[in-house]
Amino acid sequence: MRNILGISAFYHDSAAALVQSGDIVAAAQEERFTRRKNEEGFPTQAIEYCLREGGLSVGDLDAVVFYDKPILKFSRMLETYLAVAPRGLKGFVRALPGWLAGKLNLRGTIQDELPGLSSQCQLLFTQHHEAHAASAFFPSPFADAAIVTVDGVGEYASTTVGRGRGNELELLQELRFPHSLGLLYSAFTAYSGFRVNSGEYKLMGLAPYGEPKFADLIRQELLDLKPDGSFWLNLEYFDFLFGERMAGSRFHELFGGPPRAPEDPVTPRHCDLARSIQVVTEEAMLGLVRQAVTLTGSKNVCLAGGVALNCVANGRLWREAGLEGLWIQPAAGDAGGALGAALAAWYRQNPRVVQGSQDAMRGALLGPSYSNAEVEVVLQREGAIYERLPDDEALLHRAAELLAAGNVVGWVQGRMEFGPRALGCRSILGDPRSTAMQSVMNLKVKFRESFRPFAPAVLRERVAEYFELETDSPYMLLVAPVRTDLRRVPTGAEAGLDRVKQVRSTLPAVTHVDYSARVQTVTAEQNPLFYRLITRFAELTGYGVLVNTSFNVRGEPIVCSPEDAWRCFMNTEMDQLFVGHFLIERRRQTRKAVERTVPLTPD
Amino acid sequence: MWQLLRELMTFLRQEKKWWLVPLVIVLVLLALLVLFSANPALAPFMYPFI
Repeated sequence: MRNILGISAFYHDSAAALVQSGDIVAAAQEERFTRRKNEEGFPTQAIEYCLREGGLSVGDLDAVVFYDKPILKFSRMLETYLAVAPRGLKGFVRALPGWLAGKLNLRGTIQDELPGLSSQCQLLFTQHHEAHAASAFFPSPFADAAIVTVDGVGEYASTTVGRGRGNELELLQELRFPHSLGLLYSAFTAYSGFRVNSGEYKLMGLAPYGEPKFADLIRQELLDLKPDGSFWLNLEYFDFLFGERMAGSRFHELFGGPPRAPEDPVTPRHCDLARSIQVVTEEAMLGLVRQAVTLTGSKNVCLAGGVALNCVANGRLWREAGLEGLWIQPAAGDAGGALGAALAAWYRQNPRVVQGSQDAMRGALLGPSYSNAEVEVVLQREGAIYERLPDDEALLHRAAELLAAGNVVGWVQGRMEFGPRALGCRSILGDPRSTAMQSVMNLKVKFRESFRPFAPAVLRERVAEYFELETDSPYMLLVAPVRTDLRRVPTGAEAGLDRVKQVRSTLPAVTHVDYSARVQTVTAEQNPLFYRLITRFAELTGYGVLVNTSFNVRGEPIVCSPEDAWRCFMNTEMDQLFVGHFLIERRRQTRKAVERTVPLTPD
Repeated sequence: MWQLLRELMTFLRQEKKWWLVPLVIVLVLLALLVLFSANPALAPFMYPFI
């Protein structure tokens, strides 16, 4: 088995990943191609891209591996609907056609979607959490590690604790649906007026504005946390068993009112709810990680599953769990399951050798790239007025100067990132010293809620100059405090969510109201061009940090192609766009409306 | 399809989830009904008096 294609699909974040002789060659989420956020359909375009990147046709594949076991999932669904019948009938009737149409008979679906598969090609299925665990352990820099996977639900499991050693992976303990930390967090996400499976970041961003006033209530009424890290949900408060809304009417009564509608104002109560569930989630994660360390005897921990994208909790794990190493799969959600499935199949038959301290994710830069010739064709077709820069040096020089002058710059270079974070290849960049940058980026560029903070991308060797963090955080998955000596006492009279406008440090654009920052460390090995850009910026300003946010607007997937970037650029107030060696300046463009591929909708 | 059914029955046997069998049979019949009703050649047998 040399060429293995991993697939995740049909729930949210469909994706494909190609592993060739154990190397992760390509991986991409389908949403980037279809331009529908959290795309759930079969990842046809992502597969086409992966095969193109690997120089393969469908007939060259030795195995196609799906990231969960549909029969188990179907069985769990039947059991759940039977257990709550007749109340869940509506949800059951709604879900059934999809199962009968192809989700259950996935072998047939894959063969239909991939005509040309050879008769020798194996169609394999991993368990959902096995795929998550494989995505967390096999690419990690550890030869031996404890593994924790936490998400909404897979087949039956919602949480697992396991051990990885060499090429072996064993899941030792599991918690089963409906007792799920992911679903608990999602219930609060929905109750706070954000969309489940994408609004969880917003709840996390909202938490520092509030106080944990409801944390005791959550511990007493909703979640029974046990000393061994396990937990038990009080199902009287939830409706997800019925296939309807997440939180039930008793939940609404408990927290003092109906759910917030998506465009309603965020009140202090919502902030307190966000903080409360965040605190309890962190406690639960700490319990799970401590249990994993106890069970395995390893202080190296690998994390995956959607809850592992909670970088505030991850930061706390790193500070408080007494770990020697913590590695989190950058595509920790279901998209990463595609990669985990392919890796699980490969390492069942092949040895694994860990070399050095680098992980095997290639900086998560596993998506498509576009040549300058391809970019120019698009720019000409779109009627863009552009300047072609002769080489990387000229590119870096111009970009660093524009950034230092306070411009908001679109940066599309090299291969697209795999996972929900833009890591310096499909990014919008800015000067972190600017006091206006956060508001400008939120309201004029991203069109999103102004309370959400931006992340700093910092040179790895200078991270400790700015943040209380002395480890790698290459995938923006650890939140750390801004150093005390850089902090400022806010002077403004702003209150509530407007506190984000107060200057709290010498890096105000990336300092959240609790003095925390979602740090991305950048190395020359993982992303050479981006590293050189930050270095150039540091030469001009003295600061080895940039604001880095994903290149998209609210409700839209991160851009993939030069065309996506042009369209997004022309619909925002971004000042400049660098795509490959091309510089496009807003002030030089003829003003014209460029059709959006997605409407600006709440996400 | 037959492989899927075989795998489903193997799973139910291994996990001793016998109580799911009637539901699975109903669903299979339902699926067959949908399949047949979508096939115009079989329509006269399904609606013999029309």
